Amino acid sequence: MTPLDPVERHLFLEGIFMRYGYDFRQYAEASLDRRLASLLAQNNMTSLVELLKHVLESTDAFREILPSLTINTTEFFRDPTFFRALRETVFPILKTYPRIVVWAAGCSTGEEVLSLTIALKEENLLNRATIHATDINPRVLKKAKEGIYDISLISSFNKNYVSAGGVNSPSEYYTAEYGLARFNPKLLENIVFSEHNLVTDAPFIEAHLILCRNVLIYFNRELQERAFNLFARSLVFRGFLGIGSKESIRFSNSSGLFDTVDLNQNIYSLKAQPIINKSTLSTRKYT
Amino acid sequence: MRKNISAIFIGASAGGISAVQRLLMQIVNNRQVPIVVVQHLPQYAKLNPSLIYGQDSQNVVFTEANDKMHLECGHVYFAPPGYHLLVEKDYSFSLSQDDPVNFARPSIDVLFESAAIAYRERACGILLTGTNNDGALGLQTIHLLKGLTIVQDPASAEFPSMPQSAIDLFKPNYVASIPKIPAILEGFDKGEAL
Repeated sequence: MTPLDPVERHLFLEGIFMRYGYDFRQYAEASLDRRLASLLAQNNMTSLVELLKHVLESTDAFREILPSLTINTTEFFRDPTFFRALRETVFPILKTYPRIVVWAAGCSTGEEVLSLTIALKEENLLNRATIHATDINPRVLKKAKEGIYDISLISSFNKNYVSAGGVNSPSEYYTAEYGLARFNPKLLENIVFSEHNLVTDAPFIEAHLILCRNVLIYFNRELQERAFNLFARSLVFRGFLGIGSKESIRFSNSSGLFDTVDLNQNIYSLKAQPIINKSTLSTRKYT
Repeated sequence: MRKNISAIFIGASAGGISAVQRLLMQIVNNRQVPIVVVQHLPQYAKLNPSLIYGQDSQNVVFTEANDKMHLECGHVYFAPPGYHLLVEKDYSFSLSQDDPVNFARPSIDVLFESAAIAYRERACGILLTGTNNDGALGLQTIHLLKGLTIVQDPASAEFPSMPQSAIDLFKPNYVASIPKIPAILEGFDKGEAL
């Protein structure tokens, strides 16, 4: 991999933001650079300015490359011990509310939010829950709404479901046919799917629980700070935040807003609303 | 050819645990620069680096690399299983769960390429035993950006094909068995602290 030209890189990210409103300028550089380099290779190009010219010509060309810029890695009950901790530590508190609002931020193709829904159902919390599942990529949201997955994902679903503390038989939740597994549509009834960009958009709900796992690793420090502020402003007092197993709030300036509920599983609870800082919290639009 | 080395990056796959143990045992106490290791492991392997690779002491700390952590002297960092480990231009780590590269996550290529771009001629890459070809392209990138490249002599490696695929791709600065590597590193100055 040859290093990207810094001027071309800058122009490319600015151009995308100006034209399409997707802001990748504060993503962690090294992994974004790899994705940019492989995009160039896929398009048989060597220059990001050439690629920029191409995607500025049509929205379709941009939609074509968008999935390569965002990260869609996900899994059913990823890190099963995290879900076990949710059931043991967080759900008993959620049971004390008559209605609960949950936000799965960066839900990708839906495996994580479906796993969460199943756990909520088994704890008799689903019928009082509204679950907002958001992502910046409309393509993955479309897939998530369908609740249909390749049958090859089912063996890890079955295995992780059990380690995550599932109490039923995993096959109760889906029907398998023609190489596909269709999850029970009832599971999806309480989920509202919508586009939301953690980089540019504002709070839109007051949630009791926010899950945002393995999204923050793609952000640089400043952008992580913005995201933590956004979460703090989107939670009820003492609402819960779950982040990825290798992510941490401890080294961030926002650590004072949260108390640690489970250090190993990275579950936190809101102890104070952030002081509103316009520079980090305003929605960002190119003007 | 004399270089200032500011960080050492080590990649290993099959047969790697004992190879990395042997190499670290010889180099950790003499070197003040940060050392970063990618060892291929199953995704959900839980490991405590200081129990596997060596004991923490006054001079050295063995630890898993965390997102946004800065590379510091006297530390040996290990990629967490299931994540790619990358180095940023401000000499901090970042993690990613992008698709596996060469069927591996963490991938040695991903670490080496980002390290080459961050450290340029002050990076040192060492590729050890393994059965696939991860690491060869990344080590070549370190080489192209004028860093120091060392490949374990395939004849001395438990599994020769990984070091061999680097040698097939380009001419590394040194091909050597593990006991000879410390002497090679001794010939290079420690880069200024970053």
